[in-house]
Amino acid sequence: MDLSATLKNTEGEKRQFFWRVMIASAGILVLVSILIGRLAQLQAVQHDYFVTRADDNRMRLKIVAGVRGLIHDRNGVLLAQNLPAYRLELTPEQIPDLDDTLQRLGELVHIGEHDIARYKERTRRSPPFQSSALRLRLDPTEVARLEVDRLNFPGVAVTAGLTRSYPLGSSAAHVVGYVGGITAADLDRTPNREDYRGATHIGKTGIERQYESLLHGAPGSKLVEANAAGRSLRELEYTRPTPGRDLVLSIDALLQTAIETEFAGRRGAAVALEVATGEVLALVSLPTYDPHLFVDGISHKNYGELINDADQPLFNRATQGRYPPGSTVKPFMALAGLEHDTVATHTKIHCPGFFQLPDKERKHRDWKRRGHGHVDLNRAIAESCDVYFYDLAHRLGIDHIHAFLAKFGLGESTGLDLPGEGSGLLPSREWKRATRNESWFPGETVNVGIGQGFLGTTPMQLAQITARLALRGRGYRPHLLRATRDALKGTTEARKSQQLEPVSLRAPSDWAAVHQAMVAVVHAAYGTARRVGLDSGFEIAGKTGTAQVSGLSQEDDEAPQLEDVPEQLRDHSLFIAYAPADAPRVAVAVIVEHSGSGSAVAAPIARRILDLALRTPDV
Amino acid sequence: MFESPTASSSGNASIFTRLHLDGTLLLLLITVAGLGLLTLYSASGESLPTVIAQAQRMALGLAAMVIIAQCPPEWFRTLAPWAFLAGTAMLVAVPVLGESSKGAQRWLDLGVVRFQPAEIMKFAVPLTLAAFLHNRALPPRFLHVLVCAALLGIPTVLIARQPDLGTSLLVACAGAFALYFAGLRWRWIFGLAGLAAAAAPLLWFNMHAYQKQRVLTLLNPASDPIGAGYHITQSKIAIGSGGWFGKGWLKGTQARLDFLPEANTDFIFAVYAEEAGLAGVLLLLSLYVLIVARGLFIAVRGQDTFARLVVGSLSLTFFVYVFVNIGMVAGLLPVVGVPLPLMSFGGTSMVTLLASFGLIMSIHTHRRLLAT
Repeated sequence: MDLSATLKNTEGEKRQFFWRVMIASAGILVLVSILIGRLAQLQAVQHDYFVTRADDNRMRLKIVAGVRGLIHDRNGVLLAQNLPAYRLELTPEQIPDLDDTLQRLGELVHIGEHDIARYKERTRRSPPFQSSALRLRLDPTEVARLEVDRLNFPGVAVTAGLTRSYPLGSSAAHVVGYVGGITAADLDRTPNREDYRGATHIGKTGIERQYESLLHGAPGSKLVEANAAGRSLRELEYTRPTPGRDLVLSIDALLQTAIETEFAGRRGAAVALEVATGEVLALVSLPTYDPHLFVDGISHKNYGELINDADQPLFNRATQGRYPPGSTVKPFMALAGLEHDTVATHTKIHCPGFFQLPDKERKHRDWKRRGHGHVDLNRAIAESCDVYFYDLAHRLGIDHIHAFLAKFGLGESTGLDLPGEGSGLLPSREWKRATRNESWFPGETVNVGIGQGFLGTTPMQLAQITARLALRGRGYRPHLLRATRDALKGTTEARKSQQLEPVSLRAPSDWAAVHQAMVAVVHAAYGTARRVGLDSGFEIAGKTGTAQVSGLSQEDDEAPQLEDVPEQLRDHSLFIAYAPADAPRVAVAVIVEHSGSGSAVAAPIARRILDLALRTPDV
Repeated sequence: MFESPTASSSGNASIFTRLHLDGTLLLLLITVAGLGLLTLYSASGESLPTVIAQAQRMALGLAAMVIIAQCPPEWFRTLAPWAFLAGTAMLVAVPVLGESSKGAQRWLDLGVVRFQPAEIMKFAVPLTLAAFLHNRALPPRFLHVLVCAALLGIPTVLIARQPDLGTSLLVACAGAFALYFAGLRWRWIFGLAGLAAAAAPLLWFNMHAYQKQRVLTLLNPASDPIGAGYHITQSKIAIGSGGWFGKGWLKGTQARLDFLPEANTDFIFAVYAEEAGLAGVLLLLSLYVLIVARGLFIAVRGQDTFARLVVGSLSLTFFVYVFVNIGMVAGLLPVVGVPLPLMSFGGTSMVTLLASFGLIMSIHTHRRLLAT
């Protein structure tokens, strides 16, 4: 070892060390250059890209849903509003174990299977770090329980929001409709899909669906700075949401609820129109249902009960029901007969109590077994003589009947602003050929003559053709929306009524003849509805109808007693009317299912509707 | 460039010389550590207790530096082999007696202090090698190289098995630098480099799964966006979004909104780069380069072999820390737990680094009139 020490060359070693340091320094410079190059690449070259990435990290866009528009009746009564409600919201990214959290939450508040299913559906559609609702309406006890245990539930929040409420409950439910949770199918039929970011509800039926685009408004947004844990620290930008427009409907809520009461638990429908505008004053379909059941998502049990209910409460009888109009069609048949010179005003026909087609055995019975004797047009309508109209229809023929009734709009929907309106059925030779591949039989024309057989009308159509009768052929498209209102500016925009192509007659005096006959129905001593006309403060023009559900009474000699017939086979009771007769303002159509004659049941209800509707001068 | 503006190298009147300190180094070290405290204040979310804790460790480190600087270098030459033996013994003891932390056994609790024996080896290995080569003829002969390889290899393997690949490589570097400065022949250097390259696959198969993952993640951070790749991705976003002049002190969103993990410790450079920008990064790199340059200058002026090898090796090792940390944070190197010298929050690193500069100052200021 000492040998090496003696051989130590200090100067050479120092020189070598110096060079090694120089080489190391060169290496350091190379490595530092690599670092600088890399950092310049990140900070200068790719700077913009990383700024975007950093902003994506910290900025979160939160959607603020616009407040849904309110729905009022014509007098300002609220039909649909938004009430504060506590929601249970979960942010998936902040929940360590979703199943465990759901299980523990279930011990504090009620969480059903469908709540979880819907929550998962909502989560799928919402962007990351956006909370989704598990329950939409917590009761105060549940809110309190959650608040106490709050620390044990990271990512779970109770937030205050709004929920849709219908102050009148089941009243007018078929008109107003309801909102419900958005489904993929709802989004597909929505033109302004973008507006549904952050939205939970959408109009499903009725006005809520018809005017969804007006009611919904547009969402605003809140750009917030959030930390890595997703907690919002400050607001960077705020875009106000646009609230939906408030709607003013032509419905009179007082009238609507009064009519519903008047039905006294019976099934049926009633429509009241303002003749001068086509505004719908009341649209009743009974039985009805509680729209609130649908707002937070209906349970399978409740939905099953509604669907399987034999009375079909969800079915809008007023716009979708198809009823034989019965004798209420007679004024229109009379007009058709006059127009085609099949009858003249003073032509008298003998009614023996039945009608037989030439060379046919079958007797078409009159409701009055003894017959009406010799009747002219006025008496035929006022007494509702069937034989007169059997004869008229037979001679007029189905082609003329079809063409004439089509001018009034039968056989097609009225164009009312409600989804799913039915069109009734106005039969014709072509229709029968196309649907049944059969030719038209003369006996079928005879049945149509008294509003039976294939003829089917919706209560809405009945009200509409009555209104056109009142206006002597003129008419307006029936509508429910009267005006829309901008909630922020307070400005109101009225909806104009849309006039329809008038029905014109060769001899305008024919209108008067039928009109007088209809006044006679209510006010003449021989009128079928004379009882409702006795004490009325104004003149009413009307027509009773008793629509046969079964063919029994037509064939049998013996008319069975009402009580002896099973309910579902009893006749429908109908009444159409307009009043005041000399200057018509309101037209009504009432149908009460399976309850007997039109004069006994439907006419008093119609009278009551007219009383209420005409009492207020504003109508 | 290497001339100190405050302490004249020939100075006999300078206060620094009398205190056995090097003014240039001291100024540079305090500047970097000061930048570190400012950055830490921001990275910790303006937590004054954190900054005070770090400042206390800095004071402790400066005290250690001053004390060590007073000791004559011969003491360290004499003590080095014993420190080496003690350190090796403790490394052997760690698997038996040590405590686990984050899945690796690195800590040894001696009752009074709880520390990582691997830290000792960062000094002990280069000092022991320098001491061994001090009286030997240089460039070292084959036999001596073999001895050095053993002195270097044993602790490296022991540390790597803890497992702490990062520290073991740094210890190996420190020893290798001593050999390099001793004049190890180039053919051996290249030969060893070739051998290391050939052994790389062997190393790969002996790596733990998480270590492999880190290497893979480096190559493709997107492959593991929420695991190890998250660190690199967020760090690059922090650095890149800083731009030329940074977002401003206390205004870095990545760190302050907790997107950047380990912002106080291993990834503090990203915080600095985000807030100070490329301009600030160039300033900091310049400061580090000046520290290394001053160290190498002192090494060149070293009066004996031990002095030159120790100072040269410690200076280069310091640079390796800087390079590995910034390289890792900038996504150039795999994620290894190497703190950024003088900046990262943590006591061990701060105290040992300042102590090593105390050693450099001791060597620089205990000059004999006649060089050997």
